[in-house]
Amino acid sequence: MTAMLKLDVDGRAVEVPQGATVMDAATRLGIFVPHFCYHKKLSIAANCRMCLVQVEKAPKPMPACATPAAEGMKVWTQSEQAKQAQNSVMEFLLINHPLDCPICDQGGECQLQDLAVGYGKGQSRYAEEKRVVLHKSVGPLVSMEEMSRCIHCTRCVRFGQEIAGVMELGMMGRGEHSEIVTFVGRSVDSELSGNMIDICPVGALTSKPFRYSARTWELSRRKSVSPHDGLGANLVVQVKHNRVMRVLPLENEQVNECWISDKDRFSYEGLNSEERLTKPMLREGSGWREVEWQEALEHVAKRLGAIRSRHGAEQIGALASPHATLEEMALLAKLARGLGSENVDFRLRQADFSIDAKRAGAPWLGMKIAELGALDRVLVAGSFLRKDHPLIANRLRQAAKRGQQVSLIHVAGDDPLIALANKAVCAPAALPDLLAQVLRAAAEARGKPVPALAAGANAGAAAKAIAASLASGTNTGLFLGNAVQQHPRAARLHALAQALADILGARFGYLGEAANSVGGYLARCTPAERGLNARAMLESPRRAYLLLGVEPELDCGNPRAATNAMRAAEFVVAMSAFRSRAIDYAHVLLPTAPYTETSGTFVSTEGRMQSFNGVVRPLEDARPGWKVLRVLGNLLELAGFDYDTSEQVRDEACAPDAVATRLDNRVTGVESGLEAEPAPQSSAAMQRIADVPIYFADPIVRRAASLQQTRDARTPMASMHPALAARIGVAAGAKVRVRQEGGEAVLELACDEGLPADCVRIAAGHPATAALGAMYGEITSVERA
Amino acid sequence: MNSAHPPFDPGIYGPEAVLMKGITGENWRLKDYEARGGYAALKKILAEKMAPDAVIAELKRSALRGRGGAGFPTGLKWSFMPRQAPGAKYMVCNSDEGEPGTFKDRDILRYNPHQVIEGMAIGVYATGSTAGYNYIHGEIWDIYERFEEALAEARAAGYIGRNVLGSDFSWELYAHHGWGAYICGEETALLESIEGKKGQPRFRPPFPAGYGLYGRPTTINNTETFAAVPWIMLNGGQAYLELGRPNNGGTKIFSVSGHVERPGNYEVRLGTPFAKLLEMAGGMRGGRRIKAVIPGGSSAPVVPGQVMMQTDLDYDAIAKAGSMLGSGAVIVMDETVCMVRALERLSYFYFEESCGQCTPCREGTGWMYRVVHRIESGRGRQEDLDLLANVAENIMGRTICALGDAAALPVRSFVKHFRDEFQYHIDHKHCLVGAHAAVVGNKAAV
Repeated sequence: MTAMLKLDVDGRAVEVPQGATVMDAATRLGIFVPHFCYHKKLSIAANCRMCLVQVEKAPKPMPACATPAAEGMKVWTQSEQAKQAQNSVMEFLLINHPLDCPICDQGGECQLQDLAVGYGKGQSRYAEEKRVVLHKSVGPLVSMEEMSRCIHCTRCVRFGQEIAGVMELGMMGRGEHSEIVTFVGRSVDSELSGNMIDICPVGALTSKPFRYSARTWELSRRKSVSPHDGLGANLVVQVKHNRVMRVLPLENEQVNECWISDKDRFSYEGLNSEERLTKPMLREGSGWREVEWQEALEHVAKRLGAIRSRHGAEQIGALASPHATLEEMALLAKLARGLGSENVDFRLRQADFSIDAKRAGAPWLGMKIAELGALDRVLVAGSFLRKDHPLIANRLRQAAKRGQQVSLIHVAGDDPLIALANKAVCAPAALPDLLAQVLRAAAEARGKPVPALAAGANAGAAAKAIAASLASGTNTGLFLGNAVQQHPRAARLHALAQALADILGARFGYLGEAANSVGGYLARCTPAERGLNARAMLESPRRAYLLLGVEPELDCGNPRAATNAMRAAEFVVAMSAFRSRAIDYAHVLLPTAPYTETSGTFVSTEGRMQSFNGVVRPLEDARPGWKVLRVLGNLLELAGFDYDTSEQVRDEACAPDAVATRLDNRVTGVESGLEAEPAPQSSAAMQRIADVPIYFADPIVRRAASLQQTRDARTPMASMHPALAARIGVAAGAKVRVRQEGGEAVLELACDEGLPADCVRIAAGHPATAALGAMYGEITSVERA
Repeated sequence: MNSAHPPFDPGIYGPEAVLMKGITGENWRLKDYEARGGYAALKKILAEKMAPDAVIAELKRSALRGRGGAGFPTGLKWSFMPRQAPGAKYMVCNSDEGEPGTFKDRDILRYNPHQVIEGMAIGVYATGSTAGYNYIHGEIWDIYERFEEALAEARAAGYIGRNVLGSDFSWELYAHHGWGAYICGEETALLESIEGKKGQPRFRPPFPAGYGLYGRPTTINNTETFAAVPWIMLNGGQAYLELGRPNNGGTKIFSVSGHVERPGNYEVRLGTPFAKLLEMAGGMRGGRRIKAVIPGGSSAPVVPGQVMMQTDLDYDAIAKAGSMLGSGAVIVMDETVCMVRALERLSYFYFEESCGQCTPCREGTGWMYRVVHRIESGRGRQEDLDLLANVAENIMGRTICALGDAAALPVRSFVKHFRDEFQYHIDHKHCLVGAHAAVVGNKAAV
């Protein structure tokens, strides 16, 4: 417990901890000190000088943001000296700032504009020519069109260096020639770049997709929750004329702090895309007919009934997107079960379901997101961390700066922009062995018996280094990423991680892939014992499928199997917000509402249940999914479908206060049960590594036009270690034909020294690779196209 | 980048020279320095195993004040170093001499580099540092190259490296050259620059003594300050103090430029009357009348000539005259000088050299330059004079580093002492004095 400092701000006493600044002390008292460069999440720059205040015994006014509080200090924030200093700084800031507020996107939400009212003069004394700073093009998201507005606070620069972990913007030039630039013509590619727009105190950095589309005072602000990754970022969705115009972060220190990822921020463009499905449609011959809801749902009920009576209910499969709401998933599962089918699942990209029956509860992060920063040792296994979980990566990035040792075990060398303590990369098939090596080394380091799971492992240097780091900690967390969840031997990886956690006394859990990766379990949208899971439903094709927000050729772990199953089915009902490839194989298209047009609930990876309301009315004839399923349940005359509100659905599936009791990562009986697994596939074969690029991950973001123009949304390539490319005899940049499970794709070859030998990295979630097979399966051949 | 050292004018340092005593222009090498008694102070300290505290006490007795401009007592500065702190600690020599009018460090390094090396060795010893850096201005490449040569000599002779002269004192010294930015002479911008970053001052606290180069405790002194240290250690602080005046110990090199017959560096005792320095420099060129003097480098307030003629050259006396001794760059201006044009030139320098980091300096230097430029080109307005003074006032004391003050002080003092000339420019749209008057006047007539 550090001693508190007592000081006086504007005549009011306040106590702050050692190391606090005058700004902190003023904030604690609720006293506002004007500022631009200061931002609570960024390092102190003290360059704008707006926060100058009078400090007793100091000959000059001092910047509140950079002046350490001291015992007995007396500070005046509004004395004559302070005000004079603040007013003069405001005058300096304004002399070269264009007076284009009426046409500036920032107008109405501009810190400079706001403070100029309080600290500026009505008229300028500056009669010289104003500075002109040329515009820059830095990509599809952040606009740098009016850089003359920049006041050089360097918040964007510090954001890049400190939060995003990569310095994409810098200040070039001296004095009045200073300007914010990227490194010679490069674009801003960080997955967190949009936050720079928020923290820019003027209209220098603005949102390219939003520019000139609305004024801030025309927008209604409505709370919502991100439908994308497992974080559950809190959002402010801004709406005008029943249309989502912009998405901004809603500050929640426990979840997303004051940030959101670019995916959360810019995906709203997908909501307004041309591909929105707005009318129920029935297939008629080779064409489609728009129909009323009544007719569409009666048709569905009739056909499902017929298939059930003719072929049995087990011929019906129900697949939900992990981005669907808890309510939708609960009702889909209830509907399938009501029909007599246990074939229901939402874990579309999962390949190994062998521990399903052994789970003690829903797999989750195993702790609170906000607690991540307090860990002193962390192991992340199988995660494209930056792109899969941008803000969890940021938590670890900040913690690593404070001394947290982060180790990474992965199938690719992608830089998470975290100061890693250790990193080990191996082929997907070798991942269980590598984790077993760490387990063995950790057991030895801790002087504990080596678990049977790791008995065959022979710990190498990398594993020993990771184990040594982990074993030296007192508060350790182990986290399994998306690549583990999608791995063909996910069960074994889970068992190994669990054993490692036991030895270390560590907490362990999953970095949940999607907004409702936990919620799907709580909604019981998983098959009980005799049911088929997502993979089995596609590999043993059903006659009928109910798809809820699923685009099987892009969302499933084996798109080839998924597409084949859909094409072969007698009856496919696609409930979706978008027209999709379902138009080729579905028989009924039902326009359901995306998250902005329905009430619903997402349960984040930390088990945070967040319910939200729709922020706009459903587009045309689209309807909330839970209402569609409710009516369908009624039409099928199933019991228990008489809900009035989505809350009733939620509470029936899992009441908010019951969430905690249902979260549990432990599985039982795995030690012996997994011993007899087959040996890893032969090393001569090429293995596929399939990441799901950040902007291909779900149907909404795939239709967000601006995000689709970023570097992260480039068409997938076939990346491999240069040695493999040399063996194949094809140079980087050339086209290759990749064959997998009888399907093929023609892709550009890229070389990446960070990839393990004999692996080909080909992204999933994109039409260019939808003809291929399992994400972590074997590649049949790669040859010059 | 050939070494192109200009011909040397022997005796220019004057009879009172201590730092530059015996300098001929050619005798800069190690053997010459040793022949002049060089490295004796370091040898003595090491042989006697002199306590670091005793070294600092001697320095304090000498009343040596920082020669870079601020005049901070050197002994006191050295005592701020947390000697017991584990790990790397640094001593940095600021040879980023970029202030208009100042050219003394350049000559010290050119003609007497080993004296700086010895001074730094003693500094490293006294402060418990582990290594030194000499940051040399980027536009004097030949001097940087010579210093590297001197370093190689000193290393070969065992003055730098492990176990210097068989003692248990070890240190390393590196030369580092900048690329000519004035701001890198600001000590924290200099540290940033050594670290490979853009030269921009850091805000304080933390101070370099606690968090300096690479985040380690660091002491930064000017070249001339280090050069004075060996003499003090050999002859005693008291002797050095007695060269000058109380609180103004020792000699100081003054870089005299402007309208004098013999511009150059002159080493004189602190407290020497300005009139005597002017005489050493051959007096006013062409026998013209003295109009004004900037006594401490371009950032020091200008002093009217007749006031300066009554002033002695030490920190306190010049402060009393309303200016600063600064780096000791004495810019002498005769009656032909247009003070508006002179200020325009100075303001342009600060406008160009402002690093742009903090608002008052980035915006204010450009504003001041543009207003002065307007007045000079015959487009001045009556309200400009008060505006100029007020803008200067608004920069002063509100910036991260002293460059803001450095830009504001000349403006304030020029307008204060020569307001009539500025007023004349505004009223008549041309100049009052000199050849310049004709040019501008003719233009106005056309």
